[in-house]
Amino acid sequence: MTAVSQPIARARSAGPIRRAISRFMGNRAAVAGLAILVPILIATVTYDFWWPYKPNDIDLLAMNKGPSPTHWLGSDGVGRDVMARLLQGGRTSLLVATVSMVISTAIGFFVGAIAGFTGRLVDGVAMRFVDLAMTLPPVIFLLVLASIAGTGVLPTIFVISLLSWPVLSRMVRARLLELRERDFVVASRGMGAGLWHLLFRHGLPNTIDILVVFATLQVANGILLEAGLSFLGLGVTPPEASWGNMLNSARSTLVLENYPWQWMFPGAALILTVLAINFVGDGLRDAFDPRAELN
Amino acid sequence: MASDILLEVNGLTKHFPPVAFSRGPVVRAVEDVSFAIPRGQVVSLVGESGSGKTTVGRMVAHLIEPTAGSVRFDGVETTKLSRRELRRMHARVQYIFQDPFASLSPRMTIGEILTEGLDIQRVGTRAERQERAVAALTSVDLPPDAMARYAHEFSGGQRQRIGIARALALAPELIVADEPVSALDVSIQAQIVNLLRDLQVRLGLTMLFIAHDLAVVEYLADTVIVLYLGRVMEVAPSRQLYAAPRHPYTRALLSAVPSPDPTRRAARQLLKGDIPSPANPPSGCVFRTRCPFAVEPCAAGVPALREMAPGHFKACIRDDIDTA
Repeated sequence: MTAVSQPIARARSAGPIRRAISRFMGNRAAVAGLAILVPILIATVTYDFWWPYKPNDIDLLAMNKGPSPTHWLGSDGVGRDVMARLLQGGRTSLLVATVSMVISTAIGFFVGAIAGFTGRLVDGVAMRFVDLAMTLPPVIFLLVLASIAGTGVLPTIFVISLLSWPVLSRMVRARLLELRERDFVVASRGMGAGLWHLLFRHGLPNTIDILVVFATLQVANGILLEAGLSFLGLGVTPPEASWGNMLNSARSTLVLENYPWQWMFPGAALILTVLAINFVGDGLRDAFDPRAELN
Repeated sequence: MASDILLEVNGLTKHFPPVAFSRGPVVRAVEDVSFAIPRGQVVSLVGESGSGKTTVGRMVAHLIEPTAGSVRFDGVETTKLSRRELRRMHARVQYIFQDPFASLSPRMTIGEILTEGLDIQRVGTRAERQERAVAALTSVDLPPDAMARYAHEFSGGQRQRIGIARALALAPELIVADEPVSALDVSIQAQIVNLLRDLQVRLGLTMLFIAHDLAVVEYLADTVIVLYLGRVMEVAPSRQLYAAPRHPYTRALLSAVPSPDPTRRAARQLLKGDIPSPANPPSGCVFRTRCPFAVEPCAAGVPALREMAPGHFKACIRDDIDTA
């Protein structure tokens, strides 16, 4: 065994986050996912600066027309530009998914963290509540909630966030129960740390891997849930565009057979985005894998 | 307010209840332990694994609550403090952990680790806290540029010194050192022990030093308390304990200390078997199941601590073996 102190050359050193990022960049599928996702994000956010049509503009001379130099992705049954609706739909879908991800991640973290760090009583009560939320069949729960909350962007966000946090709170709690007994957390308590200090100085940094992975995959899940709800007519309602209700309005056999651009593009966008986010999520999970920390 | 006795522990007891909804037995980790630490002295808790020494240390540092008994710190009863008073008390007692690999957060820089306690206690300004952290770092012979690095970049001995620096940063009056060298290489153990000795002398620290290795204790401690299965077996000034141990258990422990003198090796007296389960301790003297001198009356009652010489107590009914 080596004696005395080993010399240390570097003055500043890479933190655990920075090492995770460098591992992420070495993952080809994840980087490919990012390469698909970033242009989609940029396009949906900025389209009204460079695309001449608005999603609800009606061009009566171009109803159910296929892709052409003017309407790149064709137009729908009332002469609206599919490209514009696709991009606006993407904006709605991503907005709903992102906001509901933020809400459900926050709820999931706090419920899990407080259950994990406080006493047995709080933990017991919180976890029975989580059990309850998890045993409800999700589809039916979703439909009931949606029928109560109504339709539109805000209710959809509400419904999706309320459905998704219990799984996360379980994962966070499990991690913190283990963390609570670790010496450095005991040391922190021995210096007089309160709940907030423990939550933000120890709880958050040590669950960041769970949170990031959950958040990414939750965006994908949120997009799918939004599409599903909108497809059933319980999410975002027309004339507002979303990928789900674009698919919904294109579901008649007539449209399916004769005007494939009306469903193919939103469908493709949906699949591509969800797939890309899942790749990124998988990449993040591998990058944060504690076993990789050992190397 | 400043009395000679910094810490006074009386009848300290810790029972761990069985897991909820199961009918397991209560684990009696610590049973009726009393001792006092005068200001500026080092008292050592010694015993094998499972003897409850860490549990005593954690109760003294207010990391776990005692089941019964009192812990008086600087004249203040600490088992009945409000949350706020307890937070202030935490700054006055600091803990050094056994395992330097588990005691430092892998996600914080050394600077963050050292200023954490000062942040919690809201000591001074940000700059002052940084300054104190650097001072603590230099007092354990580490360079100030270690502040920006992470714990995984340091060796075990260096990490343990960071753990010591963290305890020192709060300028505590009492330090509980829980086997601070037993997880380290032998070559580094001496370094850390010397460092602790230096700091103790230089800063006039009062220390509760927990160890299972009597060789380390001999060098550091003023008084030694020998624990077995959560009970005190013998208390004595360090020199006396080594010169004339009176309890059979202490003798067995001492004879296990490796001696550099090969002619003395023959006197080794080994204990048979393992320490009994604290969930089901033997009746009477808890050591009787492994004691070479056990007689019938040992099972009858728990032997009281009796003063055999000034400051030298033992919990054993056999006085006839003292000269053996």
